[in-house]
Amino acid sequence: MELIKVWDIPGGVHPPENKHQSMAEPLGYIDIPPQLILPVSQHIGAPAKPIVSVGQKVLGGEVVAEADGVFSANVHAPTSGTIAAIVEHLVPHPSGMRDTCVIIDTDGKDEWVALSPWEDFAERDHDDIIKRIRDCGIAGLGGAGFPSAVKLNPRANHTIDTLIINGTECEPYITADDMLMRERAEDIVAGTQILARLLHNPAKVIIGIEDNKPEAIERVRKAAEGTDILVVSFPTKYPSGGEKQLIQILTGREVPSGQIPATIGVVCQNVGTTAAIYRALRYGEPLVKRITTVVGEALEQQRNIEVLLGTPVHYVLDKHGFNDKKASRLVMGGPMMGFALPDTSVPVVKTTNCLLAPSKKELPPPEPAMACIRCGMCAEACPAELLPQQLFWYAQAEDLEKLETHNLFDCIECGACSYVCPSHIPLVQYYRAAKGEIRQHRIDKEKSDRSRRRFEFRQERIAKEEAEKEAKRLARKKAAEEAKKKLAEQKAAAPAEASAAQAPASAVDADKQKAKLERLLASAQESLKKAREPLADDATDEQREKQAARIKQAELKVSEAQKKLNESHPGEGTSAGNDPVAAAIERAKAKQTMDPADKLRASIESLQKRLEKAEQKAADAERDKPDMADALKQGAIKLQEKIAAAKQELADLAPPKSAPSQSHSEKPVSASTDAAQAAIERAKAKMSMAPDEKLRSSLESLYKRLEKAEQKAATAQQEGSDKAEALQQGVDKLKEKITSTQKELAELTPTTVAEETPQDPATSDAASLAIEKAKAKAAAMATMSVADKLRNQVDSLEARLEKARSKLAQAEQDNDDNLDAFKTGVSKLEDKLAATREQLAEHE
Amino acid sequence: MALTRITSPHTHRALGTGAVMRNVVLATLPGLAVLTYFFGLGTLHNVLLASAAALGFEAAVMKLRSRPVWFYLRDCSALVTGVLLGLALPPYCPWWLVVLGSAVAIILAKQLYGGMGFNPFNPAMVAYVVLLISFPLQMSQWAAPQDIGGQTPGVIEALKLIWLGSPIDGYTAATPLDTVKQNSSLMLDALYLQDPVLSAGQFVGAGWEWANVAFLLGGLYLLYRRIFTWHAPAAMLASLSLMAFLFYDGGSSQSGGSVLFHLFSGATMLGAFFIVTDPVSSAVSTRGRLIYGAAIGVLVYVIRIWGNYPDGVAFAVLLLNFAAPFIDYYTLPRTYGHKKSERATRKVDQ
Repeated sequence: MELIKVWDIPGGVHPPENKHQSMAEPLGYIDIPPQLILPVSQHIGAPAKPIVSVGQKVLGGEVVAEADGVFSANVHAPTSGTIAAIVEHLVPHPSGMRDTCVIIDTDGKDEWVALSPWEDFAERDHDDIIKRIRDCGIAGLGGAGFPSAVKLNPRANHTIDTLIINGTECEPYITADDMLMRERAEDIVAGTQILARLLHNPAKVIIGIEDNKPEAIERVRKAAEGTDILVVSFPTKYPSGGEKQLIQILTGREVPSGQIPATIGVVCQNVGTTAAIYRALRYGEPLVKRITTVVGEALEQQRNIEVLLGTPVHYVLDKHGFNDKKASRLVMGGPMMGFALPDTSVPVVKTTNCLLAPSKKELPPPEPAMACIRCGMCAEACPAELLPQQLFWYAQAEDLEKLETHNLFDCIECGACSYVCPSHIPLVQYYRAAKGEIRQHRIDKEKSDRSRRRFEFRQERIAKEEAEKEAKRLARKKAAEEAKKKLAEQKAAAPAEASAAQAPASAVDADKQKAKLERLLASAQESLKKAREPLADDATDEQREKQAARIKQAELKVSEAQKKLNESHPGEGTSAGNDPVAAAIERAKAKQTMDPADKLRASIESLQKRLEKAEQKAADAERDKPDMADALKQGAIKLQEKIAAAKQELADLAPPKSAPSQSHSEKPVSASTDAAQAAIERAKAKMSMAPDEKLRSSLESLYKRLEKAEQKAATAQQEGSDKAEALQQGVDKLKEKITSTQKELAELTPTTVAEETPQDPATSDAASLAIEKAKAKAAAMATMSVADKLRNQVDSLEARLEKARSKLAQAEQDNDDNLDAFKTGVSKLEDKLAATREQLAEHE
Repeated sequence: MALTRITSPHTHRALGTGAVMRNVVLATLPGLAVLTYFFGLGTLHNVLLASAAALGFEAAVMKLRSRPVWFYLRDCSALVTGVLLGLALPPYCPWWLVVLGSAVAIILAKQLYGGMGFNPFNPAMVAYVVLLISFPLQMSQWAAPQDIGGQTPGVIEALKLIWLGSPIDGYTAATPLDTVKQNSSLMLDALYLQDPVLSAGQFVGAGWEWANVAFLLGGLYLLYRRIFTWHAPAAMLASLSLMAFLFYDGGSSQSGGSVLFHLFSGATMLGAFFIVTDPVSSAVSTRGRLIYGAAIGVLVYVIRIWGNYPDGVAFAVLLLNFAAPFIDYYTLPRTYGHKKSERATRKVDQ
């Protein structure tokens, strides 16, 4: 007999063993009960699925509920009978919960299916053996009910060097394993050999037994003679039988927190399980019965019995003279870790190692808990080396974080701390509750994390879709441009017709731009003029310097504006070079067909150039010959007046021009534009949900409404109806709406609108209207002072910004696709407004 | 059939909190007997009065808090506080000092924090320090031991001293700690020959040495009964011995006194086994208690030799009461299956 070093575990307690009561009698048997209740979940893992139907006849050993996956176990009929029901029934569980049970009315004949014994079980294939262990529904009989096949089939990366067969049985009162070891030591040894083979013959195969079971040790040693199995006994101490503790005692190793013993090369099986595995392999017997200790002073007879799984507890108790008046409680399992049964109707299951029916004197009801005095007795008793008093403290405070830092989840709930607590605090109960709370917290966190991820993913997806839409939009724009180009080419091919068509086609665009540039020029000139205003005699050098700088800046602006204006109308300016007058004459000669508006524009241009020069002269004179300055200034003012007049003329001219532009494009050139028109129409059709189209359609309907409203208003006025005013107001409002919609449309897709308006008969009307307004405004502005202009501009910008903002808010609420476009619109407007305000401030 | 639902474990060790406390009281009896033998009835009177007052205040507060009075008196924690305070106070001190001390201990130091188990400081030591700072005169007059020729007051005189406030001057003598602290001219050997209290003793000083031996015995009894672990008291005595050894300097006039002198004078043994072991206000883990005890030992020596007070147990204990939660944070034991011990300051991702 080889000797093996035995380690000690920290902590532990020595409660009264109370093992003798149930060992006085030999192993007993009770009759088959009239009814068996078989829970589908007698093991850890997925509940088995019932595969029988009510009324069906079953034989002993027949599967009534099938393992659901690997992490599950079959449930067999322990004897023959009829399936009475498959219902929710009270099951042995600390919570007193109900679970699905297959209920069998036994027939007493105990007829069995034909079992298939394996004489040569030792030579069988590894996979066959695992399969049979699984088929026979073997789960850990020690207490947890871990499906044995899973444990015996460790992962490839776990090399098992130690197999431990647990015969410790450290809980007081329980003697089921003790009895088994005495009665069936050979089964255990044979089973151990099989397990060793399954695990590829680990270096050490140990059967560990506490030293308070000398008879069992003797019997097992004898049975193990001639084998490599080491039968090791070690000092009695609770909870040596805990898997982790037993591994520590026999190997000195610790199972890392949160992992299984296989990670340190150890597999641990209970002696009962080992014997059951042997019987399953050798005789083909499924797990349908087990040895259970029936003990406690509330019973007349205390002993170990072999009992069919599913036997109701009350049936067992009745057979042992249970006196319910004497009993303080009924415990399934031992006094340290067992749980009090809510009712005697629960059945015996695979993990039922003991039924304890103590008298009130034996296990008196718990004393009321007192305050924790932090005496530390619990910490001394803890086999996991936790600080139970601190855990208790944090559990009361629901400080989940501190509970985790104090390693709550390493608590094995052995109850040693509660056992020693002088204040009778039910510590384990607090830990169980806290664990549950943390688990719930984790689940909640997982849930919220998941939804957060989902949200983020959605945002990403929306952004992606947005980008795709943007790309499509660009493609559409390109298509439209191409269509336009095509149109231009067609026009070039047919210049006679095209000349008429081109002018109106680009007129609106060009006019608009020109008006803008002209405005710019006017304002630049105005500021130049202001800058040139003579300073008071007593002006300081600094002021003069400033003025010079201002003049220079203004001049720069004017020339820039001029240049831009020239560039945008190359036909008018490029060839003119530096001599605007000559250029004007040249232009006038070259373009006899030029329409009056263009002529006017040209004259304005030349006038402005003259003005510039005049002003320059005036400024020079101011510096050199003050007496001549006044006269020169007068000339400049006159020139300015002339410019304003010319602009007014131009503005007056513009409306009739845009009106015919429509008819021009529709009537005479319809043949040449049709193809392009069609292309554009197609492109537009593709823009299924484009917001600008929406806006356009709304504009359309608005126009229709406006027309009707105007008609109504007119008739009402004619008839002198008192409704006339109200109707007129409605018309005004509609007009307002139209302009705002137009603005929006322009802001949203300025380029598209600008390009498409000429071709779009529905909106060209509106566009021309807008242009008209803009021109009128430009004209009006030309005569206004700079400050007033700026003020006007600020006002209109403010109004536009407000509208844009409300639109943006609306878009935000609706989570519009064009949110970004609105946003940039608003920010652009804001910038513009700020700039204009600055200018205004400068002027005032 | 419906049955009682009780969670596991279903069995409990017999030793309850009340029994723990009664064991502590029992273990003080040898010390009390020796003190009474050497210094007369003063200490016994202190203990009885302080215990009665402590129980009275406890009952009153429980009544005010609408708690079952008897249930809480039965845990005997107030009794222990009263006994320890009574032992610590000078014999024949005025009655009001004792009652006031009991009130401070029970009401201020214990119940205001929530009662038993919730007080961060040792109630008896809080009371002792409050009295020492508030009434230095009454708190520093210790009776002379009977061995040195002087007489201890009889029953009548004792009651007069305590209840009527008769002058106690005739009965007092400097304690060994006082004598050594105030000595600046004599070698320790010479001092031992000259001073009446020191010379009358066997190895430290009349009365004090035996009182400390008695408390040591009481402490050993509690250790045997596994009422507390050896860690804190052993660490305290070890660190105090080490300090005394380091600064002994062979017994010059500047010497702090020998190791034996420090171990068996003043409140060393009472402190080590009855105050330092108070579980409520001490560190909780084994390692924590070692640090806690050792720090108290060092502080006791520091206060005795370089501080203003002749003895420093109460101050040292209170200072370490402050530090106990901090010590706890950094001395969690290594849990089964973990490579190293955690710190309570670790952040957990939940």
